[in-house]
Amino acid sequence: MSIDKATVAHIAALARIRVPEADRERLAGELRKIVAWIEQLDEIDTTGVEPMASVVEMTTPQRPDAVNDGDCRDKVLANAPAASHGFFTVPKVVE
Amino acid sequence: MALIEGKTGNWEVVIGLEVHAQVVSRSKLFSGAATGFGAEPNSQVSPVDAAFPGMLPVINRFCVEQAVKTGIGIEGKVNPTSVFDRKNYFYADLPAGYQISQFTRPIVSGGSIALDLPEGRSRTIGVTRLHLEQDAGKSLHDQHPNLTYVDLNRAGTALMEIVSEPELRSAEEAGAYLRKLRTILRYLGTCDGNMEEGSLRCDANVSVRKPGAPLGTRCEIKNVNSIRFAMLAIDYEARRQIDLIEEGGVVKQETRLFDSARGVTRPMRSKEQAHDYRYFPDPDLLPLVLDPAEIERLRAAMPELPDRKKERFVQDYKLTPYDAGVLVSERQTADFFERVAKGRDARAAANWVTGELFGLLNKAGKGIEQSPVSADAIGALLDLIADNTVSGRTAKDVFAEMFETGKDAAAIVEAKGLRQVTDSGAIEAAVDRVIAEQPEKVAEFRAGKDKLFGYFVGQVMKATGGKANPGTLNELLKKKLSG
Repeated sequence: MSIDKATVAHIAALARIRVPEADRERLAGELRKIVAWIEQLDEIDTTGVEPMASVVEMTTPQRPDAVNDGDCRDKVLANAPAASHGFFTVPKVVE
Repeated sequence: MALIEGKTGNWEVVIGLEVHAQVVSRSKLFSGAATGFGAEPNSQVSPVDAAFPGMLPVINRFCVEQAVKTGIGIEGKVNPTSVFDRKNYFYADLPAGYQISQFTRPIVSGGSIALDLPEGRSRTIGVTRLHLEQDAGKSLHDQHPNLTYVDLNRAGTALMEIVSEPELRSAEEAGAYLRKLRTILRYLGTCDGNMEEGSLRCDANVSVRKPGAPLGTRCEIKNVNSIRFAMLAIDYEARRQIDLIEEGGVVKQETRLFDSARGVTRPMRSKEQAHDYRYFPDPDLLPLVLDPAEIERLRAAMPELPDRKKERFVQDYKLTPYDAGVLVSERQTADFFERVAKGRDARAAANWVTGELFGLLNKAGKGIEQSPVSADAIGALLDLIADNTVSGRTAKDVFAEMFETGKDAAAIVEAKGLRQVTDSGAIEAAVDRVIAEQPEKVAEFRAGKDKLFGYFVGQVMKATGGKANPGTLNELLKKKLSG
């Protein structure tokens, strides 16, 4: 996988992180190195091996279908940058 | 196959549907907050749903069972191991910045849905997959001139996304697919199918091609919230693409919205431009592993589904496929019918339920569960017809009164003196009287004006206050007139 300045700009935009033009070349270099390091894994033949979704030898715990949370609007809204009439408010999203 | 005519010949429409069905459950997929519709804003939000730092999702076992039941209901393969992934995008009503969904390993793979089409035609459409995911919150854009209001009550509610193969070939088929899927979900009780409340929403992928040609470029129409709108949107979109291509243009792959007020689709601007969701396994959640014995237990407890029920109604009750189809479209209706039909003439029962009862229910704007006349009460009325206590004609009036007042049939018949006259002596007297009063008409009839027979029937009926047994009346009248 080749990572250049444009890739950095693209993934920065997807992640909503502002990356100044001046930093992009340097970051591209760092990301290339990280990816190259991880790509060493490609040397291993994984034919016929189940894809691994977790390194823990456990399955996911399950809970019963009971209502025992929520109903705490004031707490949920307490840290919101802005709220009104019980809603979170954000700058208008035009559709 | 329904083709659409264009200036350069016929076109085929190719449609695939993604249906989002809200799972019926008390609490959310990964939190213990309630799921009820219409609550005060943000009153059903846990710190997990609001994506507070450090909160961990724990899956709701019942939601998993609901997805498994649905998978079995659409004849899919339930996967013993499935994995949750993060689908990353930014939007104000998605607090975590990602939706927990299933990407590479869904809980159900494959499946099929049989469409009931007009004139008794049928087609089977493949289902690609069913996966579990979280719903997002709700954004209200019209409450304030420059703010969007966000309600997270819906955030984290369990959804089943059910994806069809691109095998649908017309808006009509898409409508039939949605209707059948909705019926199956309602039979299973895994989704209430309420499209107005957004419990069932649909995205349609639409492309066009010349018959036999490779697939065209598709457009995705997002978030259509009624079956009728889905059909209108598909028809509009197919026509738009055909006109565009025939005028030398090229269809651009994009996400569009259906504007129901104007009946058109238009490109969506902000949200979906990226389409680069960077899925990866959610590190907060371990693989979901199902116990095969549990899957078998759910399979064994499956109710009879609409296709099977319809087949049984046709076979056992000798109903027409059409009537059977109408009766099985809702489980309550099918149960109601079976209760009426038990030990009685099933076709008569079907006629009364789909004819008289549905007619009055529609007029009153009521569903079958609100019917003022119970199945047993209709049954009792049918018994009165069967033993000749009332004629079918009179029974309709009795039924209207039952519907109005909630009284039972026998009481109405007694109170109003509607008991049918089967005493041939009384009917004979009425026949004689009518014949004596109308000598010219009798002469005309005897001279060959057969049509007058109906007139005489009406006169005798009138003379007996509409209570004469029609069979006896006809027989006596025929004898006397020819005599």
